Amino acid sequence: MSVRFGLLTLLEEQPMYGYQLRQEFESTTGSTWPLNVGQVYTTLTRLERDGLVEITAEGDEAQRVYSITGAGHDEVQAWFATPVRHQSPPRDELAIKLALAVRSPGVDVRAVIQAQRTATVRALQEYTRAREAAANDLSWLLVADSLIFAAEAEVRWLDHCETRLVRHPKPSTPISDPQSVPVREAAKR
Amino acid sequence: MTMPVLELRDVSRTHGHDDALVRALDHVSLAVAAGEFVAVMGPSGSGKSTLLNLAGGLDAPSSGDVVVEGNRLGGLTRSSLAQLRRRSIGYVFQNLNLIPSLTAAENVMLPRELDGVPIRRARREALAALAEVSMADLADRFPDDMSGGQQQRVAIARAVVGDRRLILADEPTGALDSNTGEGVLRLLRTRCDSGAAAVLVTHDARHAGWADRVVFLRDGATIDETPPLDVPEALLAGGRTP
Repeated sequence: MSVRFGLLTLLEEQPMYGYQLRQEFESTTGSTWPLNVGQVYTTLTRLERDGLVEITAEGDEAQRVYSITGAGHDEVQAWFATPVRHQSPPRDELAIKLALAVRSPGVDVRAVIQAQRTATVRALQEYTRAREAAANDLSWLLVADSLIFAAEAEVRWLDHCETRLVRHPKPSTPISDPQSVPVREAAKR
Repeated sequence: MTMPVLELRDVSRTHGHDDALVRALDHVSLAVAAGEFVAVMGPSGSGKSTLLNLAGGLDAPSSGDVVVEGNRLGGLTRSSLAQLRRRSIGYVFQNLNLIPSLTAAENVMLPRELDGVPIRRARREALAALAEVSMADLADRFPDDMSGGQQQRVAIARAVVGDRRLILADEPTGALDSNTGEGVLRLLRTRCDSGAAAVLVTHDARHAGWADRVVFLRDGATIDETPPLDVPEALLAGGRTP
């Protein structure tokens, strides 16, 4: 979904080759979400099928120049006007891991939390450096900020889990009693 | 390795006795090299502020040694400790301690003047430090005529003025909005890149993200720390899957 609209939006600026689109997409997002060339051409083929782009210079794949159509322009406007939906939360391995850790005998939940906290803070250090290195590229700054805020939120959530753990000590025999799963809050996240 | 700017050697700090014994810090060792920015994270009550007070010579350990630029603080006379604190260590604490009857520039000059630096030079240094926190225009204002954020920046200028080799900061961005707060951290970062050592205690992961190394404190003891960072080119690649 984001690749489709990403390419379409870039074509609003000017007609481009496939490899050029890939390059622009990656530099805009600091190569955070790399695209392969195949993905780019598959997407362009679909966009052309749907009448949102047209080929303005023919040739083999690498020589084709793509331009946005009027319908494509409307599609981009509609995309920006519509909020991104988070209807069903994506499967979150960390939330699932902690939800299971609190009911698994022999698992030191605080150690699980701390290992994650160290890893996430470490990622935050890297994102912070990357952001400083990209000082003047506004698009990449925004993406880096997004990564930083998400990592910060994760650390805050881990802190919160640790506090909760103190208030709701891990049950000693959770498996046999399905009523006692204590992490509905965390899993819902 | 060259001599660390700050070294805590098996430092403990306890309060009370026997049954009422509280271990604020429990056998903590930490070395901070020149050019290094270390963040200490932990929940409240984990010993963060105690660690910082000990590192700055504002409190003495119950056991173990605190060494600043090769000087064992416990072995110094009161006056040499005071001198070391003024010359080598810059503090930014939550409590700003600006003197209300002095202007921003005078507050920043004060530690330099106490150290015998001629007034003219002290003022020049103060103005440079204020400029680093974008406060040059307000140099002649009194603390009461400034916003909380502006006062905070003056306190930071005071901490970094002159040639301080060790900067100790306790949640230094408290009263600042996120952009200005970022400026403060960038300033600490720049100071370290030009050779100072800094210790920042915080519970904010986003602030800790500026550090070279993050040490985690719990119940007075260090429990973990982040591994060294890679070279900047290798960024995002080795991180996590987004």
